[in-house]
Amino acid sequence: MADILFHLFAFLTIGSSVAVVYNHNAVNSALAFLVGLIGVSGLFVLLDSFLLAVLMVLVYAGAVVALFLFIIMLLDMQGGERKPFSKATAVAALIGAALLTVCTMTLIRKFGGLETAEMGSILPVGANLKHYADLLFTTYLLPVQVVGFLLLIAMLGVIVLSKKFAGLEDVK
Amino acid sequence: MGVGLTEYLTVAAVVFAIGFVGVLVRKNTLVIYMCLELMLVASTIAFVAFSRFNGTMEGNVFVFFILTVAAAEVAVGLAIIVALFRRRQTVQVEELNALKN
Repeated sequence: MADILFHLFAFLTIGSSVAVVYNHNAVNSALAFLVGLIGVSGLFVLLDSFLLAVLMVLVYAGAVVALFLFIIMLLDMQGGERKPFSKATAVAALIGAALLTVCTMTLIRKFGGLETAEMGSILPVGANLKHYADLLFTTYLLPVQVVGFLLLIAMLGVIVLSKKFAGLEDVK
Repeated sequence: MGVGLTEYLTVAAVVFAIGFVGVLVRKNTLVIYMCLELMLVASTIAFVAFSRFNGTMEGNVFVFFILTVAAAEVAVGLAIIVALFRRRQTVQVEELNALKN
């Protein structure tokens, strides 16, 4: 059962990733990205990281994709009349990506030891909320504070970027 | 033999490669941004899979930080794109060639 679900979610994720790249319309790309995120959070559930699956849907699907759609509609670029990419770059990039994938998979197989135990025999520590809280408030307390500060700075940066400045000449 | 670590890593590598292709070929800045997010998501799949098959928590906690940084990055990046659009009336990368020549 878990194998069938894995293949389903993997197919969903990869298929919608292709759709993100291939779609001519930016709104369609954003919606395909949304479907891909559902697939990824399904994979997280299969890996017993329930909290991360929920967070993925909340943060990415709820905030990030909504923000993308908002900006796409604000800038009003439904697109369509111009080609999203030229053929030569597409071929070059495909070859590059294929090389990247092949290199990764060769590395994985070569420096093997990927003969891990069956998933059932390993304790699913990620399924327990207590473990997250334990690590986030003890070992990773400083990174949590730093990330909070980063969010504050990002918010200030967005406010400054959205402000209109007088007397700033155009580059062209 | 059920689904193991290799299968999850393959999915992560393929999604990362697709995002990479998207960053290289697309001309719309917003879609390029979406493909960047796709690459981040692929890395989180790898993190969670490693964490699960290792029986440790560190990968899961790291995904937390990736999520936070991605959210901050999207907010700032989209603000930059909107500011760019206000100035140049376009978000197509082939028309944003002020640094060329």
